[in-house]
Amino acid sequence: MSTTKPASVAGGTDRDALEPPTDNPLPPLMPQSIEELMAQALAMEREAVARYGELADMMETHNNPEVAALFRKMAGYEALHAERILADMGWVEDEPPLTGKPPSWLTAEAPETVPVEEMHYLMHPWHALQLALAAEQRAQEFFTRLAADAATDAIRRAAEEMRDEEAEHVELLQKWLAKVSPPGPDWAVDPDPPRYLD
Amino acid sequence: MNDMTLPPPFTAGDYKSDYKPIWCPGCGDYTVLGALTKAMALLQRPPHEVAVVSGIGCSSRIPAYTNCYGFHGVHGRALAAGTGLKMARPELTVVVAGGDGDGYSIGGNHFLHACRRNVDITYLVMDNHVYGMTKGQASPTTEPDWDNKLSPGGTGVRAFHPLVIALASGANFVARAFSGDPNGTAEIIAQAIRHPGFSFVEILSPCVTFRPEQRKWRDLVHPAPVAETDDPARAARRIMTDDGFNIGVLYAGSRTQYERARVASATLDEIEAEYAL
Amino acid sequence: MPAVPTSHCACAAAAAARASSGGAGARSYSLAVAGSGGAGVMTAGTLLLDAAARAGHHGLMVRTSGPQIRGGEAAALLRLSPSPVETLDDGFQLLLAVDWLNLTRFADEIPLVKGSSLIVGDSDAGDVPEALLASGSRLVQLPLKKAAKAAGGGWVNMIALGIAGTLAGLPAEALEAALRASWRRGDDTLAPNLAALQRGITMAGEVGGERPVPLVAPPALPAPGSRWLISGNEAAGCGALRGGVRFVAAYPITPATELLESMAPALARLGGSLLQAEDELASVNMIIGASYGGVPSLTATAGPGLALMTEGIGLAVAAEVPIVVVDVMRGGPSTGIPAKSEQSDLSFAVDGLHGDAPRLVLAPTSVADCLPTTEWAVRLAEALQAPALVLSDQFMGQSRAVIDAPPPPAEPARRLFAEAPAEGAGPYKRYLDTESGVSPMARPGTPGTVYTADGLEHSERGIPSSQAADHRRQLDKRARKLDRHDYGPRWADVEGSGELAVVTFGSTTGAVREAAARAAAGGLALRVISLRLLAPLRTAELEAALEGVREVLVVELNHGGQLLRYLRSRCDLPGRPRGLHRGGPLPWRPGELAAAFAGWAAAVDPRALRHPVETAA
Repeated sequence: MSTTKPASVAGGTDRDALEPPTDNPLPPLMPQSIEELMAQALAMEREAVARYGELADMMETHNNPEVAALFRKMAGYEALHAERILADMGWVEDEPPLTGKPPSWLTAEAPETVPVEEMHYLMHPWHALQLALAAEQRAQEFFTRLAADAATDAIRRAAEEMRDEEAEHVELLQKWLAKVSPPGPDWAVDPDPPRYLD
Repeated sequence: MNDMTLPPPFTAGDYKSDYKPIWCPGCGDYTVLGALTKAMALLQRPPHEVAVVSGIGCSSRIPAYTNCYGFHGVHGRALAAGTGLKMARPELTVVVAGGDGDGYSIGGNHFLHACRRNVDITYLVMDNHVYGMTKGQASPTTEPDWDNKLSPGGTGVRAFHPLVIALASGANFVARAFSGDPNGTAEIIAQAIRHPGFSFVEILSPCVTFRPEQRKWRDLVHPAPVAETDDPARAARRIMTDDGFNIGVLYAGSRTQYERARVASATLDEIEAEYAL
Repeated sequence: MPAVPTSHCACAAAAAARASSGGAGARSYSLAVAGSGGAGVMTAGTLLLDAAARAGHHGLMVRTSGPQIRGGEAAALLRLSPSPVETLDDGFQLLLAVDWLNLTRFADEIPLVKGSSLIVGDSDAGDVPEALLASGSRLVQLPLKKAAKAAGGGWVNMIALGIAGTLAGLPAEALEAALRASWRRGDDTLAPNLAALQRGITMAGEVGGERPVPLVAPPALPAPGSRWLISGNEAAGCGALRGGVRFVAAYPITPATELLESMAPALARLGGSLLQAEDELASVNMIIGASYGGVPSLTATAGPGLALMTEGIGLAVAAEVPIVVVDVMRGGPSTGIPAKSEQSDLSFAVDGLHGDAPRLVLAPTSVADCLPTTEWAVRLAEALQAPALVLSDQFMGQSRAVIDAPPPPAEPARRLFAEAPAEGAGPYKRYLDTESGVSPMARPGTPGTVYTADGLEHSERGIPSSQAADHRRQLDKRARKLDRHDYGPRWADVEGSGELAVVTFGSTTGAVREAAARAAAGGLALRVISLRLLAPLRTAELEAALEGVREVLVVELNHGGQLLRYLRSRCDLPGRPRGLHRGGPLPWRPGELAAAFAGWAAAVDPRALRHPVETAA
């Protein structure tokens, strides 16, 4: 009803007004140098840090301290990773090179960023870890693709290094998940009705 | 950061205040806030030269979460307050923000006339097809058959199409964005602010609490298959066949923005002299 | 031990209980259940109230929460008693906290009694907030969440329900019956929650040491159907339907939305309808249109919405179209404090229209009174062809209470409809200047009585007029019809006698009554007047009710002393009238009022403390 593909909202039917959509959008540009690659990796890590911090704030505001702490931890890990990239590349904190080019990822947000819409105020640590794991897996796939389409060997090796690092994170999270029990089927049930204010 | 004396260049973070939003986890408004701050960073306007004006509702809480001057007014009147502010202080960047209930229901009349008047402000509506703050009633963009407590079985009233109204009433810039793409939304907001006259951006922003099915919007949105146009008739045909999920700038017109010369040309004495005998 | 009152009249029963026991407070039990994010404390509170009702008690439940829409910190505040409860007490005997997250937000709303309050918390919930440790209450920590898990995975609020209910003195059967009755999901999910409830009931026994005195079981259970469990908003909706309302146009606003949501399906089932309007301007004009058409109509709103409706209400006055506007008052001014109560729209309601615009203003005095007073408002509006404002508030509107069942519905209101004029009698005069001031009102569709209703001043025929004579005639008529009406005894509740009088209105009435009862027990005689009809003000009746009174104290929950100023401007009050007023959100409590009454009595009349106690009228 409300989620099937809708017809024209305003009732018009003049289909000539719309050209048909192109099925093959232009592929994203691949990085042309190691600097470009690492700049993208840094941007990715920083976006992840910001997002994890936001998610931690969200959980704190909604009285879910366990998950908030977990997201803060993840923000910490990503921050470390970002610092390592800065150190390895010899970049100063505020001045990594801006290439001005669009990023090479296909999704709206960077691969390592957990989408806000996946959040739930009653989520358990297991859910949070699942989201973090998916983020690391997406990052790993991203670098795998970059390595496969790399313009030079040097870029390929750099991408593979990043890929392997993400793979380590994936393993870490999988180990962590193994120690956390999944929640029961009723985890999202809240007997209280929503409150309202204005 | 609440430091009003930050030096340029400004990052997106410089436009965010320390107050943590109370929106439900999962709410699209979080990324709209992110997109707004990113757009500001693209424009590099100092935070203290930007004003965010809002009405009442979940989305209307946004001014306090920015580091800009803010005005949290009464329900539905944000466009009026924003218009007044821009008329008094045309050098400020004025962004008006709110939800679909605030903007299209009680605010509907002001929406119509703001589009007509074409003052150089930007209006962002976070549309989630519901009244969230009052616990789940239908809004003007809600589907007519959506069951809810105040209108059991649905309102039975056709949904409002804000982009059509905006175009027909004279808005100079009409666009739709999606909270799930904060970078794309930031680009659209920046473009809207740069564009002279009344710029209207409808931002689809799911409400995970009262409309959890809207998580599927991510799969329904698609880039508008055509480039923006400056021809209102062409835009009208396009918008009248719109499926509600076309993302992008649909119309960028060339109307002259509303202007009133504000340079003094006489003194009070000269004016009063007219009454003297 | 005094017998449980059997009268159906809430006033008489309460008064009798107060007189015999020195106030409902002596035998009531106040408890708060608090927690956050999915703990389900609101549901636990609702079930506690339900269980108390099943066990034969009365009760009142207020809910409070943080600003988050879901998952925020929340607390259910209850007072249970053998007699009807109209106010919260001065302190809580028990605070059961499922967790401590942001609990300090409710510090002002959950006052604890040093040395006698009991706090039960979860031993695994981390550090107890300083403020609670400093309150001087006894603290007991039990493994609440663990117990829920161990009981087959039921919810922790069921453990809370079992512990709190048992400590309060509610029997296990009542708790279980309340849970069963409320269960909307499958039987397989009910079982672990019943188990958790049982576990909680048992765990109450593990709370060692001194406990606050629990409720005493009533000698007999009330007859089935003799009591209702309802909120003020729902009660107002029922009253409106009883009065004959069949059309509602409204716009959602806190804290009135539930009134509308409860009426929507009911109206449809009665052959009426509710329309969600685009705003309050539309709402008021829509109900004027419907009422012009002959159908009793109503809308409900709060302060900001009422402000938008003023032009429309003035139109209803001038065109003499009956409408009812329920204002569920909240913290003001402007957007104010939407989810909290205050009594600060009074000045606006009685005076806030442009021009000389007499209108009806009524104020229910309790959750129970929301029903008959809203019904009365409909009857008066229809009989007098005028707008009636009903000043409810968030405290009454959103609290749930066990009330005595109202008497069966009577015939709905009757409007004085016009019939076609007799042969040769001249054209129909809609605004005929009659002695009562009420002129027969034509119903569109009736031949021979066509007219145009008008906000413009008009002649008796309804033709627009700027003539002095017409204006004076219509102004007199519109004022006279309200002033001359016989409102009967319900204009106010007048109780007690003595030379000192306390005047109040709305939800403050409950606390004032209880404070007066405590004062009486201490030897201070007070007359209590709770005004139900605020406009037109029955000055003659009020002056008669104040016969023999030397000093008056006006008690209200608003910053500016609105009722005090109103009364002083409209009638002669004896002595030097004083006001006891402050803004919301914290309601007046009986203890602070009793202390204030004693201080005031001492200040104005040193002999007052020597007067003998007199029983309630």
